Amino acid sequence: MNAKLTLNSVSKSFGDNQVLRDISLTINTGEVVSFIGASGSGKTTLLRCINLLETVDNGSIHLGDTDITAVGLDANPIRRRIGIVFQSFNLFPHLSIRRNVTLALTEVLDMSSDEANETASNLLARFGLSDKIDSYPDRLSGGQQQRVAIARALALNPEVLLLDEITSALDPELVGEVLDVVRELKGSDITLLLATHEMGFAREISDRVCFLADGVVAEMGQPEQIFSHPTDPRTQQFLQRVIAAGRLRG
Amino acid sequence: MPRWDRVKKSFFDWERLTDSFPRLLDAFVLDIKIFAWTTPCILIVAVLIAIARSTRAPALFPVRIFVIAYTDIMRGVPVILWIYLVGFGVPGIGLERPWNSPLIWGSVALGMTYSAYVAEVFRAGIESVHESQRAAARSLGLSSAQTMRHVILPQAIRRVVPPLMNDMVSLQKDVALVSLIGPIEILRQAGIDKAKFANFTPFVGAALIFLAITIPLTRLTDWLLTRERDRTGASKVR
Repeated sequence: MNAKLTLNSVSKSFGDNQVLRDISLTINTGEVVSFIGASGSGKTTLLRCINLLETVDNGSIHLGDTDITAVGLDANPIRRRIGIVFQSFNLFPHLSIRRNVTLALTEVLDMSSDEANETASNLLARFGLSDKIDSYPDRLSGGQQQRVAIARALALNPEVLLLDEITSALDPELVGEVLDVVRELKGSDITLLLATHEMGFAREISDRVCFLADGVVAEMGQPEQIFSHPTDPRTQQFLQRVIAAGRLRG
Repeated sequence: MPRWDRVKKSFFDWERLTDSFPRLLDAFVLDIKIFAWTTPCILIVAVLIAIARSTRAPALFPVRIFVIAYTDIMRGVPVILWIYLVGFGVPGIGLERPWNSPLIWGSVALGMTYSAYVAEVFRAGIESVHESQRAAARSLGLSSAQTMRHVILPQAIRRVVPPLMNDMVSLQKDVALVSLIGPIEILRQAGIDKAKFANFTPFVGAALIFLAITIPLTRLTDWLLTRERDRTGASKVR
């Protein structure tokens, strides 16, 4: 196994609020890692730091051998290698579904528009969205929009894909279609990092699960171990609350 | 108390109106020309100012300071003062024909002030585009310039079309201020006719011509606003 992402004592504060404290972890190529934890535990901030949408205050993040937190580094080529899908989809409302997917291909990768359109058509067909290709985002359901957002991120063929609570803004009946897309991605070369509240899904799909509490990694390990035999009291307490809320079978 | 027939004779003299009207219409062509050549310049300069003001790179701080000063100064002084200062002042420093024309410099003065107003409209539009759109674009590897061009500006411009139309209606009227420094456009022509016949009807004629343009434009603006609200907003509450 070779390390795809290495975090070395990463810290991040917003004003007085320290969101990430000395986080160190290594994620291997092709691995699926879920970050779980209460709201405000730092899951989203961690993903946004990896995508360089936030700058870390301390520590370093390596993508392969490249220190992506180095001062003066051009973030744009790095971001092409790390895709992110947001909770609120963030599709471009003024562009067609096709153009949402091809924008970065033609502008960032300098692909010809024919080539870009073909890539978009293939990806959208794969996710069952062929008939929506000329529609605009506001004509699509939340689940469809989120699948387009995943296609948009995958079009650049990233090495790492960050999924930031991608089902949290969806109606319950639409969650399944989005999770199916994620299931399909597992097993390809792509390294997947999920911040999620879908405990059942995290348990099913993850190679490892990372429990964050107050900005630190409280516990990390195989899903079986985290969900069935948590050792950290904070993990135990959190999972009890989740089970009590009926979001995970005990 | 002035009697109605006096009022009618002074302001609504049909003979004077029909006599002046063709000359007023002829002169109004100049107003339209000034409007037509200042508008594209204003829009382009205003977009550039708004973009400059929306930049975030620390290195561009001096640029931001410059455009903030520009918009503050342009908006903080009456339009008429800029027209006098630039329209009379600049030709007076000894430029050769045709560059000493008050028409050119009056237009420049209008362009300077209106570009500052319109820039604020564009800036409001740019700031109204949610930060998550920028995050999505940057996360795909688009540079901040590409993000502005492909993601932020198209959405911003669409949103500000109605307020922009408002400013254009104002500009259409303020073009008449250029008359104060010489060019014979409609307001000045009306003044000439008024002086000749000692009758105010030509001004009423000029007002009618302005209204014929500005009222349809205003209605169009309202219609655009309503359409935008219906398109984006939730259903109306009673």
